[in-house]
Amino acid sequence: MNRINIKEVDSGKVWRYSGGIHPPERKSRSNQAPIKTMPLVESYYVPLSQHAGESGRILVSVGDKVLKGQILTQAMSSNALPVHAPTSGKVVSITEQTSTHPSGLKVPMCHIQADGLDTWQTMHPRDNFKNLSSDELITIIKEAGIAGLGGAVFPSHIKLKQSSIEMLIVNGIECEPYITSDDRLMREHAKEILQGIEITQQILQAKRIIVAIEDNKSEAIQAMQQAIKESQLTFPQLQLRVVPTKYPSGGEKQLIKLLTGQEVPSGKLPSSLGICMHNVGTFFAIKQAVLDDKPLIQRVVTVTGDNIEHKGNYWTLLGTPIEQVLQEAKRMKQSHVIMGGPMMGFTLPSTASPVIKSTNCLLAPLDNELSQEEPERDCIRCGECANACPAGLLPQQLFWYAKSGEHQKSREYNLFDCIECGACAYVCPSNIPLVHHYRAEKAVLRQEDLDAKQAIIAKQKFEARNARLEKEKQQREQKQQEAAKRRQAQMSSGQKDAVAAAMARIKKKKELAESETTDAQVPSTDPQKAAVAAAMARIKKKKELAAQQASKIDNSAVDPKKAAVAAAITRAKAKRQQQETESS
Amino acid sequence: MSFKMMSSPHTNQRVLTSKVMLTVALCTLPALSLQTYFFGLGSLIQVLLCSSFCCLFEAVFVKIRKKDVRFYLKDYSALLTGLLLGLSLPAYAPWWIALLGSGFSMIIVKHLYGGLGNNIFNPAMAGYVFLLVSFPVQMTSWIAPLELSNSGASFIKMLQAVFLEQSQWVELAKQNIDGVTMATPLDTLRTDLRQGLTTSESLQKPVFNELTGIGWGLINLAYACGGLLLLRIKMIRWHIPAAMLGSLIVCSSFGFMISPDTVASPLIHLTCGATMLGAFFIATDPVSASTSNKGRLIYGALIGVLMYLIRTYGGYPDAVAFAVILANLCVPLIDHYVRPIAYGHARG
Repeated sequence: MNRINIKEVDSGKVWRYSGGIHPPERKSRSNQAPIKTMPLVESYYVPLSQHAGESGRILVSVGDKVLKGQILTQAMSSNALPVHAPTSGKVVSITEQTSTHPSGLKVPMCHIQADGLDTWQTMHPRDNFKNLSSDELITIIKEAGIAGLGGAVFPSHIKLKQSSIEMLIVNGIECEPYITSDDRLMREHAKEILQGIEITQQILQAKRIIVAIEDNKSEAIQAMQQAIKESQLTFPQLQLRVVPTKYPSGGEKQLIKLLTGQEVPSGKLPSSLGICMHNVGTFFAIKQAVLDDKPLIQRVVTVTGDNIEHKGNYWTLLGTPIEQVLQEAKRMKQSHVIMGGPMMGFTLPSTASPVIKSTNCLLAPLDNELSQEEPERDCIRCGECANACPAGLLPQQLFWYAKSGEHQKSREYNLFDCIECGACAYVCPSNIPLVHHYRAEKAVLRQEDLDAKQAIIAKQKFEARNARLEKEKQQREQKQQEAAKRRQAQMSSGQKDAVAAAMARIKKKKELAESETTDAQVPSTDPQKAAVAAAMARIKKKKELAAQQASKIDNSAVDPKKAAVAAAITRAKAKRQQQETESS
Repeated sequence: MSFKMMSSPHTNQRVLTSKVMLTVALCTLPALSLQTYFFGLGSLIQVLLCSSFCCLFEAVFVKIRKKDVRFYLKDYSALLTGLLLGLSLPAYAPWWIALLGSGFSMIIVKHLYGGLGNNIFNPAMAGYVFLLVSFPVQMTSWIAPLELSNSGASFIKMLQAVFLEQSQWVELAKQNIDGVTMATPLDTLRTDLRQGLTTSESLQKPVFNELTGIGWGLINLAYACGGLLLLRIKMIRWHIPAAMLGSLIVCSSFGFMISPDTVASPLIHLTCGATMLGAFFIATDPVSASTSNKGRLIYGALIGVLMYLIRTYGGYPDAVAFAVILANLCVPLIDHYVRPIAYGHARG
């Protein structure tokens, strides 16, 4: 197993990863002013599930009054997170609304009508966290609904439960163009972030804590440096690492490579290297949860793009309709809005959907601000995508296989190591939406896996059923054999078997009945039937007689003509007799 | 309200295929003008002919394949193919040479394989090889520039040579001084070496001095300059030209050290024939080249080695086209075995 070379890390070395791009940063548009607070709006829509994981059980019902920070759902499994009321007010409805997701699917949301008072529930702030155990801290963090605020919104407490973590990485890279929420947060709340780091460190007990920031955020670097100086954690345990600006250095795998020189093995988690990584925003949320007893109900959202007049960062309550945020920041034209950055964000299906934990940026570009509309052309195999790929893949081959449906090849070329960063499509001279193809292909492969899994299950079920039937059959046979043996044993011992006796009786009776029927001597209760039977018997007898005579003639007579005549006569006689019987 | 859904990323760096093709084409202009200067307007005529024919065939075939003609012509790949083919043809080859070459390039090599991006071979070079193999006489008749001026070739006569094949003056020019009309200095050298002359003796011949020798040298220099410009503005990557020229230099230096009298020097290899055209403009064709950087180094080096071998031991004076075509054949193999190690896959 690869292990981190602490000595090399301490020397301040920054490794490099292959690939990556340098898109225009455009961060100064939104990072100049301090973070503003979004004013209260009338309605909030809190999705019952905002994270990767299951949603919890709803604890409030329509008509209930809720206070700010009040828990709305209860986590039912260890992977689930609760959600909280962003402000005080009344639960108006719990219905399905368009989610903040590229699919635009409707998900259950709790609609809270704000009362405008913004009254907090009773809080129990702490001065100190040192006396709390790891388990207590993790429970607090889980109850506060904290998920990774870098964008993946993975429940944070799960990452904190891991044991034998050697390195804790504080991700302040923020490599996506336009987005400055982490930048501003570090500038203004470095101390709180450091407190969050200290809390996390108390849980994880990592050997090293690396705070990583890109070199294009000098103010943030300064602020964090200052906070680190004032912190109880000291060098070399806590280190600040400035890395060169390159997209996507903020990707978990890429950052680990940059800071440790190690690669997370394919299909595994950073914990396999003894690494745990959180976004700076998550540390801030941890601090607020543990020390201020404030659950995660707000986050910094960068609202930017040339279609926004008041570009900047806003403290926004989770559940605020995005349309309200855009109005507050003065959107000029009705045009599409991207959630996230220009590289990995998605076009919002509806601006009525709410701000959620992963809403780090709302980007409202003007036409041609991001790209000119160019038609897609044929791939010329220029390989620029391969040079840009930070995962070391061959995007042109993956595209080829995805297009031609060669799923096995897609796997062979490690499609699942694609992080969908968009670097390949960014450099593509033929304007091919590569990431889109990979997503579709991944979906196909996942379906294939699912089908294969289900086929295996079905096969197992079928085989189990066959085995069961076979077993039952054998058991039955065995039983019969045993019964037969028993019978034999009984018979040999002189005892008469009742069943056998009964069978014999029935057989005898049947034989008797049969012989009586053939003789037509049976006195019947039904005279007609008896008559018919008698007639039939007679005919039969006569026929037999005739046949005998015929055969006699046949045997004795040399003249076939005579024989034929005799046979005909016999037949006619028989017929007449038959007619007579019938008429009588 | 609903918006047009687009997949991420929402931005790109806008170096479009059409721009790449057009820039590459533009960067051949210095060499084209020099070639025209030394070999007469015939060079320009060939380029114009081939470009037009290629665009025409492209249009026809795109139409047959029921696609948007204007859209496909706008990627300028057909134009570039025609240009490169035209640059490779002798200045006074008859017009049907250009027609056949263009037709072969566009129809057989490109569209029958599925059009842009799907062709295995470099269309221009495959067309060139087809012509060279089929019409060796027409394809090796390069007229020494000196003779052209002496025989009083006018523009009309040049046109006649190309379109009507009334090439008496060409014949005349050929007869004036024996041997000077031979195609390239490389060809002359090869013939001389076969005849038992040493390299230095052969180099004394008029073809190596004055206009012709200098001409080829300058033309190569112009291609190199255009190529370096392409590198500078990042339209091509350095791997293929560097590997190709590097392996050519290594091979020829090695040969020259062992037997300086019977093989050409590295300098001759670099400055004669289509070396620079091949290194910067032809081998760098992305479609038929290897796609990974490491693969490109192998691909380029392979071309260099093949060029040296064919030039030294082969039956043809110049070898760029054959070397490129042979290397094209190896590309699938190279690409299969030379893959970058994906993140997280190192050491199992």
